[in-house]
Amino acid sequence: MQQGSSFTRSLGLIPSSVMIGIFFFVPFVLILMTSVSVPSETGDYQLGFSMEHFERFATWFYIERALFSAGLCALIALLSLLIAYPFTYMLTQFGPRSQTLWLIYILAQLSLSEVLIAFSWQILLSRTGGIANILVMVGLAEKSFAMTPSAGAVLAALVYLAVPFSVLLLYPALSRLDKSLIEASRTLGASPLRTFFTVVMPVTRPAIISSGVTIFVLTLGAIIVPQVLGKPEHWTLSVLITDQAIFNFNMPFASALAVVLLALSASVIAVVTKFSGGK
Amino acid sequence: MTRTLSRRRFMGTAAATGAVALSAPSILRAANGPIKVGTYGGFFEESFKQFIFPEFTAATGIEVNSMAVPTGETWLVQIKNAARAKTAPADVSLMAGTPRNEGAQQKLFQTLDESKLPNLSNLNDRFQDRYDDGGLYGVGALSWYITLCTNSDEIPEAPTSWAALWDEQYKDQIGVLGLASNSFLLEVTAATHFGGTDILSTKDGIQQCFDKIAEMVPNVRLWYKDEGAFQQALQDGEIPMGQYYHDVAGLAAAEGFPVVSTFPKEGGVLDSGYWIVPQYVEPLDEVHAFIDFMSTPETQALLARNVGTAPVVNAELTDLTEEELAAVGSPKDPIIPRYDIYQEHADWISDTWNRVIAG
Repeated sequence: MQQGSSFTRSLGLIPSSVMIGIFFFVPFVLILMTSVSVPSETGDYQLGFSMEHFERFATWFYIERALFSAGLCALIALLSLLIAYPFTYMLTQFGPRSQTLWLIYILAQLSLSEVLIAFSWQILLSRTGGIANILVMVGLAEKSFAMTPSAGAVLAALVYLAVPFSVLLLYPALSRLDKSLIEASRTLGASPLRTFFTVVMPVTRPAIISSGVTIFVLTLGAIIVPQVLGKPEHWTLSVLITDQAIFNFNMPFASALAVVLLALSASVIAVVTKFSGGK
Repeated sequence: MTRTLSRRRFMGTAAATGAVALSAPSILRAANGPIKVGTYGGFFEESFKQFIFPEFTAATGIEVNSMAVPTGETWLVQIKNAARAKTAPADVSLMAGTPRNEGAQQKLFQTLDESKLPNLSNLNDRFQDRYDDGGLYGVGALSWYITLCTNSDEIPEAPTSWAALWDEQYKDQIGVLGLASNSFLLEVTAATHFGGTDILSTKDGIQQCFDKIAEMVPNVRLWYKDEGAFQQALQDGEIPMGQYYHDVAGLAAAEGFPVVSTFPKEGGVLDSGYWIVPQYVEPLDEVHAFIDFMSTPETQALLARNVGTAPVVNAELTDLTEEELAAVGSPKDPIIPRYDIYQEHADWISDTWNRVIAG
């Protein structure tokens, strides 16, 4: 009887496993194979084994790019959590109707593409049409100035991109939070602030961590924002991958960089999961 | 403004048209059916459909099926994949720069029959691409210039030399194309500071040009890959100077924007598209008739007037007026891109370029 039910359960898993096999595993294997391919006589590439593309990566320029990308995305994950967490906590205190309206509003932000966001921020931060003019109007600046391209512009636009995701990832945990825990803390004399830091945050720690990691991985793949709003020194590894794949048509090197990026995000996920108690 | 935007806009159009072309099933051709001609998508293809193809059909009776092809290497890959399946994605198409060299190296293009191209003599040698054995595989189709463009509100007197890119007074005020192989800044540097592009024949020489480019990096505010990203900034005066396309700058000026395109004394960068015929193309007579038609002075004048491109035939052969010629080009000697170096030193140039522009 029990054996039968576990068999049915495994049977139910087959379609999803096959899907994952085809749509995730096969492209990954292809990328892996391309990243170690060898050049053919005609300048094309062919099946083989060579580490030359990884050797090309192993120069300070590319390693520095990889570290910069990881650092930038970690900072974005941190900033978007700092914005999204208190907001989501407040949101769960609202009535059900306004909660729904807020969630719809935030979901709608997700429909904006990275391209739209990048170009909107470009205008917003420009000298002629940008917020610098408002600073002039209120007397904070003497003359309008451009705020892009700069590291700050890249950071601001990517945080903007990431905040709705953080809210949606944090919302389930915070909305299911047992209210009696807060009440207990309050009746025992803790201030709302203390309750927030010593009760609410520790209880929702897994959600904070998974949200942070998701944002990290998500922004690691951003291409348009760093390119449009940043200078070349702010271009991430993903921008360089696109350059190699689309403009230089060096698929093997693009694949090698992609494998590195994948390894980078996998190791970050692994480390975070290990040190956060393995959930 | 939107008219020419998509021509060289790699990010969107190239990828999108690539995908469409890939997914389109190949259609079996009836005998003497239309030939499939590939031009760059957007404004280019529209203009060809409207002004050029009907003239060709009227002159020869051959129908044309127009298709949009991506610029850059994506199109070469599609041709290559089709060749593996012993077919061709288009009968004749435009191809520029480095991809054309690579395609030739891989022998992906057919050798053309010069006896069927009487108008080939209108084109000088630069516009006749040949294999080592002398076989013709590429015929110049049209040209465009990259020039030094300025916003006349911000910079009333436009500089007359590419040396302005190095001038310290323009610190953080310049926009240039973001790749070595589409900005041709190595060639510009060689022409401006080393007396011509011959210095690029050796790796040492290229390195010297890179060292010189490093000196202009502080002046560059924007390294753009998308024409639209720079056009707006140039028109608003946000980034008052930079490399840009002469034809689009002319359109912006015609619309009343304070944009001036200057041919520097070292010359504008002349980039060109060539007609190539992939392997396995069958209606060869029709394709030759098409290329020959495109090489006539009359068609070249038609292109200059309606597409805004510079003629590949000697300007004196055409009936273009001086004004019309000035709108599409300049009598000064142009800077001709050294496509060969991007093939020979591809990885090294791309890595060094990335390092140099990141400061």
